[in-house]
Amino acid sequence: MTEVTTSPATAAFKASARPERRDIGLRRRYAAERRFRLYGLAAIAFGLLFLFLLLSSVVSKGYTAFLQTKITIPVEFSEQVIDKDGERASDPKVLMTANYPVVARNALAKALGVDPSDRAAMREVGGMVSDSVRVQLRDIVVADPSIIGKTTDVAILAHGNVDSAYKGQIDLSVDEKNRKVSDRQVGWMNQLAEAGALAGHFNTGLFTNGASSRPEAAGLGVALVGSLYMMLIVLVLSLPIGVAASIYLEEFAPKNRFTDLIEVNINNLAAVPSIVYGLLGLAVFVNFAGFPRSAALVGGLVLTLMTLPTIIIATRAALKAVPPSIRAAALGLGASNMQTVFHHVLPLAMPGILTGTIIGLAHALGETAPLLLIGMVAFVADVPATPLDPATALPVQIYMWANEAERAFVERTSGAIIVLLLFLILMNVGAILLRRRFERRW
Amino acid sequence: MSISLLLLLVAAIGVVGYVAGNRRAQALAGGRLSSLHSRPGYYGSLVAIWALLPAVAVLLVWIVASPAYIGSSIRAGFPETVKAESQAAQNLNYNMIGAIARGLRLLTPEERATIGADAASARPLLAARGVPLAADPAPYMVQAAQNLDRMTTTSRMLVTGLVIAAALAGAVVAYRSVAPRLRARNRVEGVMLAGLVGASSIAILTTIGIVASMLTEAIHFFSMVPASEFFFGTVWDPRFAAAGTTDSSGQFGLIPLLAGTLYIGFVAMLVAVPVGLFSAVYMAEYASPHFRSVAKPLIEVLAGIPTIVYGFFALASVGPFLRDISGQLNGLATGNYASFIQAQSVLTAGFVMGIMLIPYVSSLSDDIITAVPRALRDGSLGLGATRSETVKRVVLPAALPGIVGALLMTASRAIGETMIVVLAAGVAARMQLNPFEPMTTVTVKIVNQLTGDLEFTSPQTLVAFALGITLFFITLCLNIYALYIVRKYREQYE
Repeated sequence: MTEVTTSPATAAFKASARPERRDIGLRRRYAAERRFRLYGLAAIAFGLLFLFLLLSSVVSKGYTAFLQTKITIPVEFSEQVIDKDGERASDPKVLMTANYPVVARNALAKALGVDPSDRAAMREVGGMVSDSVRVQLRDIVVADPSIIGKTTDVAILAHGNVDSAYKGQIDLSVDEKNRKVSDRQVGWMNQLAEAGALAGHFNTGLFTNGASSRPEAAGLGVALVGSLYMMLIVLVLSLPIGVAASIYLEEFAPKNRFTDLIEVNINNLAAVPSIVYGLLGLAVFVNFAGFPRSAALVGGLVLTLMTLPTIIIATRAALKAVPPSIRAAALGLGASNMQTVFHHVLPLAMPGILTGTIIGLAHALGETAPLLLIGMVAFVADVPATPLDPATALPVQIYMWANEAERAFVERTSGAIIVLLLFLILMNVGAILLRRRFERRW
Repeated sequence: MSISLLLLLVAAIGVVGYVAGNRRAQALAGGRLSSLHSRPGYYGSLVAIWALLPAVAVLLVWIVASPAYIGSSIRAGFPETVKAESQAAQNLNYNMIGAIARGLRLLTPEERATIGADAASARPLLAARGVPLAADPAPYMVQAAQNLDRMTTTSRMLVTGLVIAAALAGAVVAYRSVAPRLRARNRVEGVMLAGLVGASSIAILTTIGIVASMLTEAIHFFSMVPASEFFFGTVWDPRFAAAGTTDSSGQFGLIPLLAGTLYIGFVAMLVAVPVGLFSAVYMAEYASPHFRSVAKPLIEVLAGIPTIVYGFFALASVGPFLRDISGQLNGLATGNYASFIQAQSVLTAGFVMGIMLIPYVSSLSDDIITAVPRALRDGSLGLGATRSETVKRVVLPAALPGIVGALLMTASRAIGETMIVVLAAGVAARMQLNPFEPMTTVTVKIVNQLTGDLEFTSPQTLVAFALGITLFFITLCLNIYALYIVRKYREQYE
C-alpha cells in the first residue's frame, strides 16, 4: 500500500534531485566562506604586521645608541690653560673650575692642523666635542694632578651632532644652513675617521650615566638603579602578601559576604587604570605619610599595590590546580590544615606562583603613568644610594627622552626602549622556562 | 638607638627565644617527642612570636603617636602672635624649628649655649654644619627647638626601653609557659591565620584608600569650584596660578576632556574590535593547532609591550607618517601639499591604542568562542551550513553576551590608558569632531596637573583628584557591568 502512495512522490524527488537544475547558491556561499576566512587571516596578519613594524622601528632607530662616537687624540694638559697662575697647590678650586673645553679644543685643533688664530674655525672645532668633556678631563686631572703639562691619549666624547652625522642620521644633502653640522665639520670628521681617531665605541655611558641635557652624555644609570630598587620592593612586599592573601581566600576563607567582597574587590583592582594608583600614592604615601617625592620607595609601594591583584589571581589559579587528593592525603595522616597548606600544597603550587609573580613584575617594570604622578619625572644626575633618594625609572626615562627635541635623543629613547624590552623578554622567557621545567599535569 | 638597630635587636631576641623554646620543649619531652602536644619547633615559634609581636606593636604605636604628640605640645608653646597666623605659616615655623633641632645635635655644648643666649647667631653657626636656614630664627624658635630636641631624645630612650622590655617580657612569659600539654601549634596557627586574613584585607584597604584619598581631595576641590561647573562645564582652562596667587581660578570643565577620552577610545575600538574579533574567530574555528600555537602567543606579545613604547611609536613613527602621507594625498588631489592630519591627533592616538587593544579583544573573545559547546556547531554544520555561516548565525550569537562583556572591559582599558595619549593625543582641550586634529583626555590632564611643583591647596592641583575619581567610577561601572554579563553568560551551558 505504501508503495502505491509513494510512487508519485519518488518521481517528483527524482526530478528535483538533479543538482544542476536547482541553484542553492553554493558558489556564492563558498565564496563568502573563503572571504570570511581571508578576513580572519588578514586580521591576524594586521596584528603581526604592526608588531613587526613597532619592533623594527624601535630597533632600527635605536641600535645605534649602543655605539658612541669618540675622538681619540693626544691631549696636552697645558698648564697655561688649566692653571695659569700656578695656584693649584693653595687653591684646589682652580682644578675644578679650569677651562677644560679649551684644552680639548686645542688638542683637536692641533690634530686637525687648524690655525689657532682663526677664531671662527676654532669655534667650529670646539663644537665637535661634547660639553661633557669638561667633566671628563676634570676627573682625569683631579685624580692625578701631576698630569698637568704632559700629553696623553684621551678618548673624548664627540658632540651629539657629530655623533648623529657620523652614524648617518643627519641628511648631508640638505643646505648647510639648515643642518646642525657644517661642511667644514663634516670634512674634519671624515679626516679624523680616516686617520682612525674618530670611531664608534661601545656605549658604556648609556648604562652608567645619569640624566644630562646633552644627549651624548645622557644615560640610564639612575633609571636602572631606580627600577632595580622598585622591583626589589615590589618583589619583597607583593610576593608574601599576595601569596598569604590567596592562601586565605583559596584554602581557609568561609563562603560569606566578607570573602565575596574581597573577591569582587580584587577583580576590580586588577582593572583599575594604573594612573589611579598614582593618585593614591601621591595622596597617601607622599602627602599624608610624608615620604619623599620622587623616591624609589614610594614608586615601589605604588607598584606593589598595582601588582598585588595580578599575583593574587595567578596564585589562586596555581593553588586551585593542586589536586584535592594531596590535601586529603596530608589531612588523613594527621596534618593540620595549616601544615597541609604550607608543607604540601604551597610547594607544589610554587612554580605557578613564581611564573605569575615574574609576569606581574614585568608589568610593573614597564608601568609609567603612576610614577609620573609621584614625581619621578625628575632630572636626577646622581645614582641614588638608597631607595629614599630621588630616582627615576626606566620607562619614565624613556618618557622624558621622548619629550626632548634633539635628533640624538630619538636614538637614545629607542635605545632605552630596546633595553627595557630586553629586560621584559628575559623575564618572560624566564617565566616560560620555569613553567616548562616544573609544570606538572596531575 | 636608631629604629633599624632596635628592630635588629628585637629580631635577635626572637631568634634566641625560638632556640630556647625549642630546647626547652625537647628537654621536657626527654627523648619521647610523642609526649608533647606539638612538634618542638612550634614551641620555639610561639616564644619568638611572643617576643616579636608586642615589641613591634609598641614600636608602631610610638612611630605614629610620638611625632603627633611632640608636635602638638611644641605648637602649644608657640607665642600667641604666631598662633594667630594661618595654619600654613605655623607649619613653616614648625619645620624651621625641626631644622634647628636637627642642627643643634651637631653643635658643641658651648655653641648651644651661645645660640640659646643669642638667636641671631644660630643661622651662621648652623650653616657651617650644613644645616641651612631660610631666615634668622626668632628667640622662641630656638627655645622650642631645644625643647623639641630634649623631648625627641627622651621619647627615643623611652621607646628603646619599652620595646626591649616588651620583647624580653613576652619571651620570658612564653618560655615559662612551655609545657608538654601546651597547645603550641594551635596558637601559632592562630597567629598565622590572623596574618593571612590581614594580608587579604589589604585588597580592601587599597580600595578604601583609593576612594577615600581621592574623595577627600575632590571634596576639597569642590569646595573651591562648584561641582556643577566641573561636571557640566564646557571650557577647560585651569590657568596655572603664579606662586601665592591661588585665588585666580580658571575654568574646570570636564566635558571637553571626557569628549576627547571617549572619541579616542571610540577610534581605538574601531581598530581593535574588528581585528580582534576576526583573529579570535580564525584562531578558534579555522586555525590548525600548529598555526595557533605560533600566532596566538605572537599576538599576545602586543599586550606585553609597555604602553610607553606604544606612545613613542605613535609619537615618532605613526604620527609623522600619517602627517606626511596626508600631505602627499592632499597634494595629489588638490596640488596643495599641506597635510591635513596633524602629527598629534585623535587618529594617531586612537589607532595606536587600537593596536594595543587587539590582544585584549582577541584573547578574551577566543576563550568565550571556544567555550561555546561543540554540539551547537555540529548541529549547524550537520544541517548543511558552511563554517562561516555557523560562526555568524550560531556561534557568535551564543557567545554574544560574553563578547560584549569582553568589549566593555577593553573599553574601560581604553578610557584609562595614559601614556599613549600623553605622547600622541595633544594637550589642547577642545570639543570638535575632526579626527585629524589633536584632542586631550582625562588622563592627560591628570598627568599635566600633577607634574611639576604641587600645592595641595590650589584648585589647579586638586582638580586632578576630581578627574581621577571620575575616571575611577567610569571604569568601575564598566568593569562591574562586564563582570555581571560574563557571569550571567557563564551559567548558560552548565
